[in-house]
Amino acid sequence: MKRYSAFAIAREATRYHSGWERAWRAPEPKTKYDAIIIGAGGHGLATAYYLGKNFGITNVAIIEKGWLGGGNTGRNTTIIRSNYLQDPSAAIYEKSRSLYETMSQDLNYNVMFSPRGVIMLAQTHHEVRGYQRTAHANALQGVPTEWINPQRVKELCPIINLEGPRYPVLGGLWQARGGTARHDAVAWGYARACSDMGMDVIQQCEVTNIRREGGKVVGVDTTKGAIDCDKLGIVVAGHSGDLANMAGFRLPLESVALQALVSEPIKPAMDVVIMANTVHGYLSQSDKGEMVIGGGTDGYNNYTQRGSFHHVEETVRALNETFPMLSRLKMLRQWGGIVDVTGDRSPILSKTPVDGVFINCGWGTGGFKAIPGSGWAMAELMAKGHSPLTDEFGMERFIEGRFIDESVAAGVAH
Amino acid sequence: MLILNCPCCGVTAEETEFHAGGEAHLKRFGPDSSKEDFENYMFMRQNPKGVHLERWRHNNGCGKWFHAARCTMTLEVFGTYSAQTYEPPKEICDLISAKRPGWSWGAFS
Repeated sequence: MKRYSAFAIAREATRYHSGWERAWRAPEPKTKYDAIIIGAGGHGLATAYYLGKNFGITNVAIIEKGWLGGGNTGRNTTIIRSNYLQDPSAAIYEKSRSLYETMSQDLNYNVMFSPRGVIMLAQTHHEVRGYQRTAHANALQGVPTEWINPQRVKELCPIINLEGPRYPVLGGLWQARGGTARHDAVAWGYARACSDMGMDVIQQCEVTNIRREGGKVVGVDTTKGAIDCDKLGIVVAGHSGDLANMAGFRLPLESVALQALVSEPIKPAMDVVIMANTVHGYLSQSDKGEMVIGGGTDGYNNYTQRGSFHHVEETVRALNETFPMLSRLKMLRQWGGIVDVTGDRSPILSKTPVDGVFINCGWGTGGFKAIPGSGWAMAELMAKGHSPLTDEFGMERFIEGRFIDESVAAGVAH
Repeated sequence: MLILNCPCCGVTAEETEFHAGGEAHLKRFGPDSSKEDFENYMFMRQNPKGVHLERWRHNNGCGKWFHAARCTMTLEVFGTYSAQTYEPPKEICDLISAKRPGWSWGAFS
């Protein structure tokens, strides 16, 4: 792999940019791998990357039904934060956020991580108490966050209207090192690094069956033929239930559509990320100038990657009250993704009833921020059989009643 | 936008008038049940790609609960039926079978 650098740009500038090579290979699958990861989204690619980087396991294939990063990785609103209430959540999300800080250097790929700061608005007294509690919890967890008053919110985000008649701004939970990153670049950077380590990223290859012998996984059948493996990681977000069916076990998940939309591009107006959970909306401005708006989920099971129109209306109506200048903007695009939601709104990183099969799912509406940490932890789980970051996230927690309940703290919108 | 017919009051309306209530025909288990049964009832869901039997409430109407059969891949609503039943009625099953041959839902098909 040729490294990207200022020197490389200068060199290519002298020869009409004819020397850039493909960022990753497009190989045909081999007959056998040490480990197969199903799903070449952010989480799957990160898992493969850390299997290679931290554990030296590089005979790995990452199999993708569609195209690389074309699922929720390319559909989210790119918010990165780690201000969670529960200790296991804070541990894995903060690990993730800290990995984002150096990701561009680690991958030699500019993921445009922008730690511009995240405010979670408190617009009811219930939220004020909730976020003050989270700020205290974060202090104990070593995650720097701060409770800020409405005047400070206004300083950080001048376009906000504090005096909304229905939802006045009463303060906010401020995480200065939260922010955004370029979501496609995260997938592309990991794919390039994986390919460079000798891993095979196999796109447009759908898994049709998971082969087992004596309770242990031996391989998968795909639309590009049968592939054997010793270990299998299922990292497919909304379609986890389908893959679990193939492997013969069930998951405590429901798949729903989550949608987002962007406005026409405007001049820089807001340099922080705002989350308003009461009204189910979150907002940031992309580098292109578009206002990126995330909405809520539809309440029913859905695999169609599109959301209900009335949710767009609800989200935008509520945000207009808090950000009156949005009312003049035209919306350019709207899209949806299928998110897998668990009963306690926390992810599952777990061994499964099938020996050698590991699953990473249930990130629900907030998976992007967790990509590097999730990959780091999942790789350790697959290589060593357990990880301090995943021990609390096993699927057995539902039968044991050991929930990591983020639905009260943050589950409304991630 | 889904269009549902409430079998309780007969009104046909858009989904904004209703509220989704999750998977239907769950068998409930209480305090003396086994952990597995309770987990199945509380958390495990079929979450199928395809035919989904589910509960809805006519929130902004008569306020009553009913069941619907819907496809999660196309959002097609096959039909709605009373919630006072342990299994989907035969006419709903036949309707689904005509459109999705070979479908199944636990013990039903």
